Amino acid sequence: MALNESILSERCLEQARELVRSIENGEEDRAIDHLREISRINETKMFQELGRLTRELHDTLVGFGIETEITDLAEHEIPDARERLSHVINVTDQAAHKTLTAVEEAIPVCEELENSASKIEHQWKRFISRDLSADEFRELSREIGGHLEISADRYTKIKDHLNAILMAQDFQDITGQIIRRVIGLVQDVEDKLVGLIKLSGSLDDDTNKVERKPVEKVLEGPQVPGQESATALKSQDEVDDLLSSLGF
Amino acid sequence: MNKDMKILIVDDFSTMRRIIKNLLRDLGFNNTAEADDGNTALPMLQAGDFDFLVTDWNMPGMEGIDLLKAVRADEKLANLPVLLVTAEAKKEQIVEAAQAGVNGYVVKPFNAATLKEKIEKIFERIEASQ
Repeated sequence: MALNESILSERCLEQARELVRSIENGEEDRAIDHLREISRINETKMFQELGRLTRELHDTLVGFGIETEITDLAEHEIPDARERLSHVINVTDQAAHKTLTAVEEAIPVCEELENSASKIEHQWKRFISRDLSADEFRELSREIGGHLEISADRYTKIKDHLNAILMAQDFQDITGQIIRRVIGLVQDVEDKLVGLIKLSGSLDDDTNKVERKPVEKVLEGPQVPGQESATALKSQDEVDDLLSSLGF
Repeated sequence: MNKDMKILIVDDFSTMRRIIKNLLRDLGFNNTAEADDGNTALPMLQAGDFDFLVTDWNMPGMEGIDLLKAVRADEKLANLPVLLVTAEAKKEQIVEAAQAGVNGYVVKPFNAATLKEKIEKIFERIEASQ
């Protein structure tokens, strides 16, 4: 490179002398040719310098392993995060619908019990104030009997709906785990970008190496549809089968 | 199965702890306590007379699998029945849990019937072996 530069400067000086001579001699065409040659030499120097910088940047990136990590982030991790977040939307959507369905089904049951009880209460008050005829009392007895008959069944139904609402809340644990992973990825991207910025500021400074964190991915968390691990079991039944094959 | 038995529920998500607590109450178990990871659970287990441990796997601090190993390594706790309730569904993990001496394994998301079935099975086996 140093040799190239000195030859280039020598050639520049030569062209410059020729240029002055041509102008003094009034040879305009030749003067223009020399001017063009000088700027061509300069451009060559600039492109060589650009090429050198690009090569150094590339070498440094490869040396730090950042290039492959960023490729990996762009090709796998970010689309993967997108899938995971879409799964979060699906899971929360399902949970909201399960909850709403349970509420919608439980409310009419409550209303049925409420109406039946308030009707009985009205007649019961009349009975207490001795305002009820024998026929009306027989009717009231029938209503009380009917109310008691449906009560146990309706309360069980309401309890089932409440339990469905309870179970629907399990989305928070599942989505929480998934979102935590995506937060980790965002942190990772941030660290890589900071690393890149540091690199571009100190291309020639080899002492400023970016520390590589060992990638530890022992636990996978909830399986995401379409992204399941090869060895992930798909249902509780499969888990039970595996455990029974292990003597459980 | 003794419905008064003392159960420790370990999960880093409080919503999941509440769900498990409510499901257990529905099954007739009212004597429960909660911890948010292995590091808080282990001293509670060592200090209290717990009869059953229900734990998540993936938690910050001490993970469920390490809690299970610590329990099995502790002379006083070694025979404590342990049920893992976790989103980890990989074969390697289930095998690891089995080797560490887990009594039952429920994969999230799960339902009330599964939890009931696994708990009943654990105590049936324990009663049968006594």
